[in-house]
Amino acid sequence: MKFGIVVFPGSNCDRDVAWVTGGLLNQPTRLVWHEETDLADIDVVVIPGGFSYGDYLRCGAIARFSPVMQATVAHAAQGKWVLGICNGFQVLTEAGLLPGALVRNRGLNFVCDRVSIKVEQSRLPWTQEYATGEVITLPIAHGEGSYYADPDTLKSLEDRGQILFRYCTRNGDMTDAANPNGSLHHIAGICNPQGNILGMMPHPERASDPQLGATDGMRLFQGLLSAALALSA
Amino acid sequence: MSSSPSTSLPVSPSPPPCSPEDIAAEGLKPTEYAEIVKRLGRHPNRAELGMFGVMWSEHCCYKNSRPLLKQFPTQGKRVLVGPGENAGVVDLGDGLQLAFKIESHNHPSAVEPFQGAATAVGGILRDIFTMGARPIALLNSLRFGSLEDARTRRLFTGVVAGIAHYGNCVGVPTVGGEVAFDPAYGGNPLVNAMALGLMETPEIVKSGAQGIGNPVLYVGSTTGRDGMGGASFASAELSAESEADRPAVQVGDPFLEKSLIEACLEAFKTGAVVAAQDMGAAGITCSTSEMAAKGGVGIELDLDLIPVRETGMVPYEYLLSESQERMLFVAQRGRESELIEIFHRWGLHAVVAGTVIAEPIVRILFQGQIAAEIPAAALAENTPLYHRELLTEPPEYVRQAQAWTIAALPPYTQEGIIVVGQSQTWTEILLRLLDVPTIASKRWVYRQYDHQVQNNTLMLPGAADAAVIRLRPQLDTTQTPDTLVKGVAATVDCNARYVYLNPYEGAKAAVAEAARNLSCVGAEPIAVTDNLNFGSPEHPVGYWQLAEACRGIAEACSELATPVTGGNVSLYNETLDAAGNPQAIYPTPVIGMVGLIPDLSKVCGQGWKTEGDLIYLLGQSDPSRIGLGASEYLATIHATIAGQPTLIDFDLERRVQLACREGIRHGWVRSAHDCAEGGLAVALAEACISTGYGAAITLEKEDAQRWDELLFGEGGARILVSVSPEFQSAWESYLHHQLSDAWRVLGAVGSADGFLEMRMTGQHPLINARIGDMHDRWQGSIERRLSV
Repeated sequence: MKFGIVVFPGSNCDRDVAWVTGGLLNQPTRLVWHEETDLADIDVVVIPGGFSYGDYLRCGAIARFSPVMQATVAHAAQGKWVLGICNGFQVLTEAGLLPGALVRNRGLNFVCDRVSIKVEQSRLPWTQEYATGEVITLPIAHGEGSYYADPDTLKSLEDRGQILFRYCTRNGDMTDAANPNGSLHHIAGICNPQGNILGMMPHPERASDPQLGATDGMRLFQGLLSAALALSA
Repeated sequence: MSSSPSTSLPVSPSPPPCSPEDIAAEGLKPTEYAEIVKRLGRHPNRAELGMFGVMWSEHCCYKNSRPLLKQFPTQGKRVLVGPGENAGVVDLGDGLQLAFKIESHNHPSAVEPFQGAATAVGGILRDIFTMGARPIALLNSLRFGSLEDARTRRLFTGVVAGIAHYGNCVGVPTVGGEVAFDPAYGGNPLVNAMALGLMETPEIVKSGAQGIGNPVLYVGSTTGRDGMGGASFASAELSAESEADRPAVQVGDPFLEKSLIEACLEAFKTGAVVAAQDMGAAGITCSTSEMAAKGGVGIELDLDLIPVRETGMVPYEYLLSESQERMLFVAQRGRESELIEIFHRWGLHAVVAGTVIAEPIVRILFQGQIAAEIPAAALAENTPLYHRELLTEPPEYVRQAQAWTIAALPPYTQEGIIVVGQSQTWTEILLRLLDVPTIASKRWVYRQYDHQVQNNTLMLPGAADAAVIRLRPQLDTTQTPDTLVKGVAATVDCNARYVYLNPYEGAKAAVAEAARNLSCVGAEPIAVTDNLNFGSPEHPVGYWQLAEACRGIAEACSELATPVTGGNVSLYNETLDAAGNPQAIYPTPVIGMVGLIPDLSKVCGQGWKTEGDLIYLLGQSDPSRIGLGASEYLATIHATIAGQPTLIDFDLERRVQLACREGIRHGWVRSAHDCAEGGLAVALAEACISTGYGAAITLEKEDAQRWDELLFGEGGARILVSVSPEFQSAWESYLHHQLSDAWRVLGAVGSADGFLEMRMTGQHPLINARIGDMHDRWQGSIERRLSV
């Protein structure tokens, strides 16, 4: 399974993802420059964390016009996998590949922490290595990660089961205190109706390396690999 | 621009003498002006005067501190690059080389906290990647006044937001640091930023210009009027009028810096870059003159070729601008376009703006004229030097502090002590100390810093006595998890109250504490970068503090085999009050120290690991060598800044630190935490709070010793460790051999969410504190004060 990790000039988690997919999982991994348009060799496009083009205007607002994003839209339209992490999630919403928007954290400050996340369903490759309802711990690091969408969109996300991850307490409760950024419906990650596009604010790649002590994020990548194996079998 | 020297251009006529007002406006003294005229053989023009003003500032030429810095040990078996380059470089073995440096941005942060602090981060990062190293970690050392003061709250929140803004965007984790609050910094906060980088280029990139006829490249961002004369601004006292100097504060663009890091590292790898220097303080003036002087050559630079962000600038403004994210390169002739192409790909400016010339001068061209022409050495090397008279005995305030004795403290019992007429239990005193912002949790601060980007942070902030980063070359695709075994630890330390009350002993204590903190995570201390934050050297007391502290650092670095590879000097940290009287900060020589972790599987945090583990105290066993002089207890509980810090015993320090490291290396020691501000009781409380386990401690007291000395006394090279009972005999037999009697068993780790209990055998506890209560006081201290 070949990973293509998009590199905007301001991406800063590109190599972190490459370390997980290439270094730890031994999957072919290519860094994809933001001016590239040919993604034919890529199975999973990852839009990593960072500050794409500086994000001084609005996170991801410029990135959506980049050549590589046009190619990513086409890649997604073929039903292929796209994963947006943190800034990548912001870019996916700006590009219209996922609904809603990520706005300034409720507390106004940047938040870097480890938070409890509930896996809402495990029928998709992204989450199939987790149990439905399982509470995992993932790192977050963002200033604008408060998920916002209008009531109709939220209802549709709920009805179609597109919400994959929610912020919660260690016991899985959706309390206000357990919501680090004020996201509506505690949303930490959503997918498109087809399930091939995932955007999430938490960083699974920062919780994948046993040497660093946290591994709850690794199963997300392993879920994709299992799906690929199942397809090729 | 032709590559031949432009001697055919009209030379400007010898300018008239500068006015005393102009001279003073550049921060120069009349005697210094006379020296300038002597070096030039004529009067300088306005632009040249400005160039001398910044280059002869303390910030750039260390005219007061250089004679004192000379005594620092700078050599060592691991030192590859010592002081004088953009950053120091040490050898970590296996081809791993670490660049590191600390730098201050105190005055800009006092006036414009957000950008002042942001550009502190940007500046120190450029020092690192200019050497060819990829930045892998940031730390910072911050000092503010009291959080009860509204202006301090604004400065504090602004500085933290500025550091977060720059560091988070540029993608370098901010992994550690220290923050202290004291009214002494009310008018003049300190913002020191330290960066670490892993060498990524085959050769370390130096700054000396070479090769007559080689092109000089200007790369990065554009030049504007922002940050005019920041170096001179940094070398004067702050006053009520300093707010008007806001244009002297630079504005940073971390996105541009991120691109600059990648582009520079890529450019260095081509081998086409001969030399490089960051444009920090004094911008074009500093980079041209230092690169020329270091290489023993000259540089001719044409300002008309410099990319600008505004029009109508005069040479003075070009030359003194401190616009951020700019660098100067000397390239191999003929390979310019190769380099320019790289920078353009990253969306950055890159132009050939000058040439290396044989004549050792800096010649600045502007609109076909020579705008400035100065011997490079006169700007960068042959600069003023002041050997000042040292006070023959300590100043009055120190003599008064020395006269303080413990007999001045109010009456006490085994239950507690009378504080301002009210009796307080020792447990209440402990809770009050945990609530002191200097001691309390800094979670509110580090939660705003991305401390995990780059995926190498092994110890999260707050979890250990020093930051621990895995060394993983980012572009080396042959790495596998099995080959990644080494790490680097880093810390910044200074107890400025100690230094204030005894600069020589206090500076030694800062070095010793930094080494102790590294040893507590299992790292071998290697080398130091220092940031000397002091008041005016022109005041006898200020100079005495600086000189005594330098003597202490020199001795400690030599005793602990941690050479100084560079650093920064920030003087004139004073506020002029309304009556014009200077109020100096506490002398604050911040010690940044790095250590090597040979095996990442053998590192330690500060919190207890398992119930039932044995708790040991390593270090001074003689109670007369542990004291309340200069302590946090004295300052916070009794509002007394007096007494003397305990003396550093280097032999004990070395033996205790080695014992701690060996205990970690053997897998005996499961947690380690040094006893610093607040003494044994606070250190125990922190080890409890960190992971939530209680502790049952049995105390031993000599008859003459007071209870508060026993609980809150500081000093003594002491480290708390916890050890699994299964290793008790191996560990204790090692301790007998290594430390003879400088250790004892204190007790055992208690249950999760339990109590910290400290008692004499068979007696009621002196301290009996629920972990949850301690945690609440400690965790919420800063937030409570900000939510006023």
